Amino acid sequence: MRPGSLPLTDQFERGLAAPICLTWELTYACNLSCVHCLSSSGRRDPRELTTAECRAVIGELQRMQVFYVNIGGGEPTVRPDFWALVDYATSHDVGVKFSTNGVKITPGIARRLAGRDYVDVQISLDGATPEVNDAVRGRGSYEVALRAMRNLADAGLAGFKISVVMTRHNIGQLEEFKAIADRFGAQLRITRLRPAGRGAGVWDELHPTAGQQRELYDWLVAHGTDVLTGDSFFHLSGYGGALPGLGMCGAGRVVCLIDPVGDVYACPFAIHPSFLAGNVRDPGGFAEVWRHSELFRGLRRPRAEGACDSCAAFGSCRGGCMAAKFFTGLPLDGPDPECVKGHGERALAAATPAPRPSPDHSHRTAPHRAAPHRAAPRGPVPLTLSRRRPVPACNANPLAGFAPE
Amino acid sequence: MADSPTAELTDETVAAAPGDDDVLADDVLVEEVSIDGMCGVY
Amino acid sequence: MACAASTEPAGRFDLDAPWRLDAQVRVRPEEFGALLYHFGTRQLSFLKSPALAEVVRSLAAHPSARAACTAAGVPAADLMRYARALQTLAASQMIRERETA
Repeated sequence: MRPGSLPLTDQFERGLAAPICLTWELTYACNLSCVHCLSSSGRRDPRELTTAECRAVIGELQRMQVFYVNIGGGEPTVRPDFWALVDYATSHDVGVKFSTNGVKITPGIARRLAGRDYVDVQISLDGATPEVNDAVRGRGSYEVALRAMRNLADAGLAGFKISVVMTRHNIGQLEEFKAIADRFGAQLRITRLRPAGRGAGVWDELHPTAGQQRELYDWLVAHGTDVLTGDSFFHLSGYGGALPGLGMCGAGRVVCLIDPVGDVYACPFAIHPSFLAGNVRDPGGFAEVWRHSELFRGLRRPRAEGACDSCAAFGSCRGGCMAAKFFTGLPLDGPDPECVKGHGERALAAATPAPRPSPDHSHRTAPHRAAPHRAAPRGPVPLTLSRRRPVPACNANPLAGFAPE
Repeated sequence: MADSPTAELTDETVAAAPGDDDVLADDVLVEEVSIDGMCGVY
Repeated sequence: MACAASTEPAGRFDLDAPWRLDAQVRVRPEEFGALLYHFGTRQLSFLKSPALAEVVRSLAAHPSARAACTAAGVPAADLMRYARALQTLAASQMIRERETA
């Protein structure tokens, strides 16, 4: 086969010599305690990377030609060296987007940001009204976010992003979110709620219903590339035409996460020992982990046949989100819990107990909510005949059941 | 093969004239995506 | 993958003009060809052939895009395909015509 004649998606699923972009959580410290926080943030971890270690990571990213990093947390701006690190990155060929709840975006900071070419700002907002937003992000968080947006707009920084996690309670506010973005000259970005971190405990009550999911898909199709998604909804392409983006799980193949203590995970929605590839403090640093870790090598091997492969939608949905499956106790080679064909809902009735979120940096006053015990079926248990030996429920290896071709 | 009822490729694609817009997906040498277009970055 | 790919006729691309990469573009070689990233527009382009990657990298060193293609070993029969690809890159500001001094 001619090199390059494979569809690009297939090439990417085999991994690249370096990520295309990645998320870097600078701190677990946060002034908020959002109920669905994917990194269970709140309290700083004492083993945080030092400023010097952060500069070393940036040097590695420069050499690997990682063009763009999403700097998040926790709340990254609470680190005293945050602005210096952003400047260091952008002066070393690494473009930066940072995700913030807006707490430090004063008029002065906004003016400084407006003068920087390679820094993108992303403000988190999970409700178009204080009632909806603050129920998830905490009292007063809506006002803080809007104030930050006003400061950015007043400083002439158009095109900043407003990033929304879609839930059962805000799907009805899509037009209002767009109006807020338009008001500030900002770009709306909507993303998928995943049962990761503290999200595990609220996913059942917060994830969109099937009907809302369809509504969301139709709205996205109507808005084309006006609205960003971070390719969060590639699992919905089973409804019809694919949405813009690569259309595949990027974890360990084109993206990954570097966490505040230097741990490298497959992606920010998979912060769990089962998806820990290594640490940047190990010999060989980040490059060694990206290129040679056992976990990432496993993720880049072609998948063996699984429950999804006979489904007509698989070519477009690729089996959906690995993290969503893992944290709902579903097998990774089966349907996404929100599979548009309904296969996920059926699979959940027979799922193994969901793994406990770990690590946990939540403020002690805002701990994880207990996830419902999903293993108790509420009705007849559908039996699936399988040619493969079932993986024991105690096997926490995310690659269990995978067999290379 | 052109006469076979099961043939998926037609001779027309092979004989595409220069400047013809009717190209196979295979033929496209450049694909573009926004840096926001890959899943696993929030 | 749902990506933008130009369907503009290749005839619009001036193969005989001198071209260059935009100053804000970086090229990252890959097995399948190359990744191009424009730091200004935040746009990514995937070049799906090593020959195209070589053409794009060497544009500034040649008096014309056609010469760059020839030097990179692009057969004459493939020239229109490459011209379409270069047109896509021009449309997304990855490459620009050089000012003739």
